[in-house]
Amino acid sequence: MIDKNKKTISIGSITEKMVPGMLLAIATVSILTTIGILYTLLSETILFFTDIPFLDFYTGTVLKPLSSEAQFGILPLVTGTIISSVIAMFVAIPIGVMTAIYLSEYASNRVRRTLKPILEVLAGIPTIVYGFFALTLITPLLRTFVPGLEATNILSPGLVMGIMIIPMVASLSEDAMSSVPNSMREGALALGATKLEVTWKVVLPAAASGIIASFVLGISRAIGETMIVTIASGSSKAFTLDITQSMQTMTAYIVEVTGGDAPAGSTIYYSLYAVAMTLFVFTLLMNLLAQYISRKVREEY
Amino acid sequence: MKYVDIEQVQKKMNSRVLINKLAKSLFLLSALFGLVILVILIGQVFIQSFGWIDMNFLTGKFSNDPNKAGIMGAILGTLWLMAVVAPVTMFLGVGTAIYLEEYAKKGKVRSFIQTNISNLAGVPSVVFGILGLTIFVRNFDLGSVVLAGGLTMSLLVLPIVVVASQEAIRAVPQYLREASYAMGATKWQTVKNVVLPASLAGILTGLILSLSRAIGETAPLVVLGIPALLIPFPGDILDRFTVLPMQIYYWTIDSALVAEYANLAAATILVLLVVLFTMNSIAILIRNKFQKRF
Repeated sequence: MIDKNKKTISIGSITEKMVPGMLLAIATVSILTTIGILYTLLSETILFFTDIPFLDFYTGTVLKPLSSEAQFGILPLVTGTIISSVIAMFVAIPIGVMTAIYLSEYASNRVRRTLKPILEVLAGIPTIVYGFFALTLITPLLRTFVPGLEATNILSPGLVMGIMIIPMVASLSEDAMSSVPNSMREGALALGATKLEVTWKVVLPAAASGIIASFVLGISRAIGETMIVTIASGSSKAFTLDITQSMQTMTAYIVEVTGGDAPAGSTIYYSLYAVAMTLFVFTLLMNLLAQYISRKVREEY
Repeated sequence: MKYVDIEQVQKKMNSRVLINKLAKSLFLLSALFGLVILVILIGQVFIQSFGWIDMNFLTGKFSNDPNKAGIMGAILGTLWLMAVVAPVTMFLGVGTAIYLEEYAKKGKVRSFIQTNISNLAGVPSVVFGILGLTIFVRNFDLGSVVLAGGLTMSLLVLPIVVVASQEAIRAVPQYLREASYAMGATKWQTVKNVVLPASLAGILTGLILSLSRAIGETAPLVVLGIPALLIPFPGDILDRFTVLPMQIYYWTIDSALVAEYANLAAATILVLLVVLFTMNSIAILIRNKFQKRF
């Protein structure tokens, strides 16, 4: 019996020794993914910059990838991305923060328990559905108010993107506000402040870093959002600031080029990677900034 | 002698209380904005798809003729995609979570992997599409098949499963592990027989949520070159396939050419939303019913 036990123990101890190694191997897949992203983007981007000078790409205002005298300036895509993100944040920041204030400071437990799942549903709707919504409902609606609005324009997808981001801003801001200790609210209330004054002068300043982190994450989400802009903002590569016109974002350009079956090895094919690299760096910086800001908030309490 | 002029206080207070009330209604309106949008969105989808969903639509093949078009190919493709994403994500996600929570020492390796995962969660999905296109479709020469799409989607949703599983594992109280060790169990036996069963509800919830994300994602699949129209149905993980969001994408952008395509897109959205709501309800049910409180 002792022999038998020894045998099972030795098999067990082999498993015991192998498991951590195997689990570590599994855990490295996430790191390999990051390395894979960086490697694919970098290697092809470098090839792109042997064709097109770095400065021309980042200062060029003309993007004509398909013309016989092809020009690759990324600025039309950058302005398209920034403008759609700014429009989105004009919707998402005020409504998101006010929703967070209501849920965290005013709502009864019952109301909060009903409203939060609805926000979660809104966050779970696929972006392709929002794209359909922007193109078939919001754009025709806006065209009755805004004269000169084109059938594809940057305004409508920007607004819809803002709606998509509201739940994110609201839930992260609410987390930040709920973590403000009650003693601070009670102190202000005891001095005779109204709830609005408590929110405005005590809770919001105390939760500021968490709320700002939610804005930064929201912007990052807007920059990376693809389907809504691909569907509703058109593919005009003109360098313009007119929000009633069609504009292309970096993400929509990537979709257009891959959908067009760019021959591998052509400059258009490499431009895809250069644009993706730019997009990746943009969003990475935003995410790191958000992490940095929200780490600071944790130190305060 | 009076130190406080009651009348003065009353006057100032009234306006402050009024402003507070106004602000409260403004905040309430903002909070209800999401609900209103949701009602409009679902209402529009219902109206547009009315009369378009029937057995022929659900079981038919793709067709350019709006009256004959069906979405069976996309439904099967979505199921095939799940058949790859579910096991791969579960294996990678739960394995990573166990490593981080149970085995990794608090230190550089752990925080490096952890930071890496939270950064991956913020990478735009279209970039994952480029990764999949370069590695799976071109380097491995798989083509735009179920396996390539599934692996790409698995990497995309990996952070969701890892974070959810980590939370579930962390919620298992230490005394359960100690009891297991006291019975002479080894570390892996404890993880396998005590920690995993106790955290199963949380892990499953995370897995279902990640699957529903994978079902709704479109951008990486467009980049991978997944077709929007498919005549032969997929029957293998190495077959070409299409999914519901791709079908919606195709019909939405082409609705400018054929007006009825907007109805088809709406009908497909309705099917997709029903699938997603069902999955999310199951996730919530599991979370509420089976989650043990320690």
